[in-house]
Amino acid sequence: MFEVTNPNSIQLTQDGKLKHFLTTEGLPLELLTELLDTADSFADMSAQQVKKVPLLRGKTVVNLFFENSTRTLSTFELAATRLSADVLNLNINTSSTKKGETLRDTLMTLEAMHSDMFIVRHSDSGAAHYIASKVTPEVAIINAGDGRHAHPTQAMLDMLTIRRHKGDFTKLKVAIVGDILHSRVARSQIHALKTLGVPEIHVVAPRTLMPRNIEMLGVRVHYDMAEALRDVDVVMMLRLQKERMNSALLPSESEFYKLYGLSEEKLAYAHPEAIVMHPGPINRGVEIASSVADGPRSVILDQVTNGIAVRMAVMSMAMSGQQSERAAQEQGENNEY
Amino acid sequence: MNIKIAGGRVIDPSQKIDQVTDLYIANGAILALGEQPEGFITDEVFDASGQVVCPGLIDLSAHLREPGDTQKGTIASETAAAVAGGITTLVTPPTTQPIVDTTAVAEMILDRAADSGFARVLPLGALTKGLEGEQLAPMHALASAGCIGFTNARKPINSSLVLLRALEYAATHDLLVIFQAEDRTLVANGCIHEGTTATRLGLTGIPNAAETIEVSRCLLLVEETGVRAHFGQLSCAQSIQLIDNARKRGLRVTADVSIHHLLLTDEQIDGFDSRFHVNPPLRSQLDRAGLRQGIVTDTIEAICSDHQPQDAMSKQAPFAATEPGISGLETLLPLSLLLVEQQLLALPQLIEKLTLAPARVLGIEAGSLAIGSAADVCVFNPEQEWVLTSENIRSKGHNTPFLNYPLKGRVNLTLIDDQPVYRPA
Repeated sequence: MFEVTNPNSIQLTQDGKLKHFLTTEGLPLELLTELLDTADSFADMSAQQVKKVPLLRGKTVVNLFFENSTRTLSTFELAATRLSADVLNLNINTSSTKKGETLRDTLMTLEAMHSDMFIVRHSDSGAAHYIASKVTPEVAIINAGDGRHAHPTQAMLDMLTIRRHKGDFTKLKVAIVGDILHSRVARSQIHALKTLGVPEIHVVAPRTLMPRNIEMLGVRVHYDMAEALRDVDVVMMLRLQKERMNSALLPSESEFYKLYGLSEEKLAYAHPEAIVMHPGPINRGVEIASSVADGPRSVILDQVTNGIAVRMAVMSMAMSGQQSERAAQEQGENNEY
Repeated sequence: MNIKIAGGRVIDPSQKIDQVTDLYIANGAILALGEQPEGFITDEVFDASGQVVCPGLIDLSAHLREPGDTQKGTIASETAAAVAGGITTLVTPPTTQPIVDTTAVAEMILDRAADSGFARVLPLGALTKGLEGEQLAPMHALASAGCIGFTNARKPINSSLVLLRALEYAATHDLLVIFQAEDRTLVANGCIHEGTTATRLGLTGIPNAAETIEVSRCLLLVEETGVRAHFGQLSCAQSIQLIDNARKRGLRVTADVSIHHLLLTDEQIDGFDSRFHVNPPLRSQLDRAGLRQGIVTDTIEAICSDHQPQDAMSKQAPFAATEPGISGLETLLPLSLLLVEQQLLALPQLIEKLTLAPARVLGIEAGSLAIGSAADVCVFNPEQEWVLTSENIRSKGHNTPFLNYPLKGRVNLTLIDDQPVYRPA
């Protein structure tokens, strides 16, 4: 009874440019491709002597991390610095917001300091959507992970890594392995892979870690590694949080490793040239064998390198989208007089 | 005061009346239908031509938030909202601060309603002390103080023995027990129906079993004890089947559903829209179809607002951190009329589910325009279009997705006894 509009359209300007980056879901193929192309150019640049470009000069980027993270925070910081932005890192322990200041108050205070971009990580699904739609819509919001919902920059750095190794998405078979239920990475990967045209996406986990109706996202569900990995070109591993052991989801780490851990033997089910990915940090001997993580098929360190380029691409595109929208609005306001 | 409500379509399911006629009211009661009684001197005539005249609506679940949460709602503000929606009697749960587990709190609510309220307020008492699920609340004393029934709301009674004892005790005194069935361990920290939308949004789901397990347990213990029992605000199709099967075994149980569960599904939550955060959660299309089937077959006899007003900040956060609830008193009637427009129910059937049926659930003399009944009357124009806005809403809770939504069916007069408690400005 309510009009159905794409709720993810809030991340786009009226003419379809990126102005926030909240989720990979609902973004058109052209935009994802543009993002990968832009990231590619930054990746090449990073290999050169002069690593900085002035795209975000004079802009203030605030890293707002309500959840601990070293890697994601540092790659965002590095990406912003390479774009010549001023960077402020705020590690806001969720307990300090519990002292009374709401998320809304925190954000509005920072907006009043004339920030141009917030990189937000938060333990609640939808936190970035909430901020972009209800709190500070005029600040570019980049989702650096919200609950179990989305981690779109991680997904796009994975896409860049796949493209650099495998080229054409439309001929690939991909498997995503592990704790799908709690994984914002898996959700963002699935949406990106679908849009980029990957014809076969397999997900594999025990039922306790498989979300209800996940097949509605266009993936094939497996409970057995041999089936899921058969002949795939890309194996995307997920991190298993240790605390899952205490919540009746799994009997033990060793049983999980035995059934779903990526060992050399299980990797043999995949295509001989398959690449192995992991968003890190790795639990060796829980999700993946050390020999596989450090082996010739692993592209885990490429992912980290590509992360900086992808984050530079996302930040520069979102900033330019925000600016063009603001310019269009001002134009509109002037026309009214 | 002698009032004549002239020329309206009088619908009274208790007498199976549906005709255009005049209604006469004197001394707070219905005096006559049709012919003007001899010697009746009219103090006021209300022209109801083109409008429906029916018993005042009876709402089986409306949180008023007083005492305790008066920034969200007060007895005065929420009963003012109720009468604007044609509701003349409402049942309010014991989840106030303090909880209704002593006669003092029950009496305070009733006193406050008598002093500052606009509608008749029937408080529910706690089934267990502090709703903690351990010791029985003083049900007999609470009933004597005016509690219409007993519930543990959505607070768990983990021990089936305690639940059994509570039902036995209620049955001893023929007290009504209302279940808002929920297995806390299955709800855990869920905030949305466990389905595709939950998976896509990465929100923790609440499985249907969270409701159906508790409905099953309660039904078995109702069967054991013979207590008068009602299931409030069901959300799952399977719950309706469980109730239906129990009825076929001869169990005397009743059920209601909120209007929003008959109209909306979990798909509305796409985009993390906290206006649709309710508990029990909006469920799948299949569940909604089952509930709609249930109201057609009369497995569900009543429709309620499940009114839960919230202050603005309660809905301002990422979805899971927002408070559940929809402010529903003022939209119960216009939204219910959609069920008639969608040809699910005939208008008299719908009126029954909003008046006579809830009165029967509660075992009270109300919801009727029979001669001698209290003159609790609602007059509404089913075709009149209007919009609920943040300016004209009377509830303190503006938390409804139907704010600024085109509504059809507007109340133009609400009477309690013979007092016009609501007329639009």
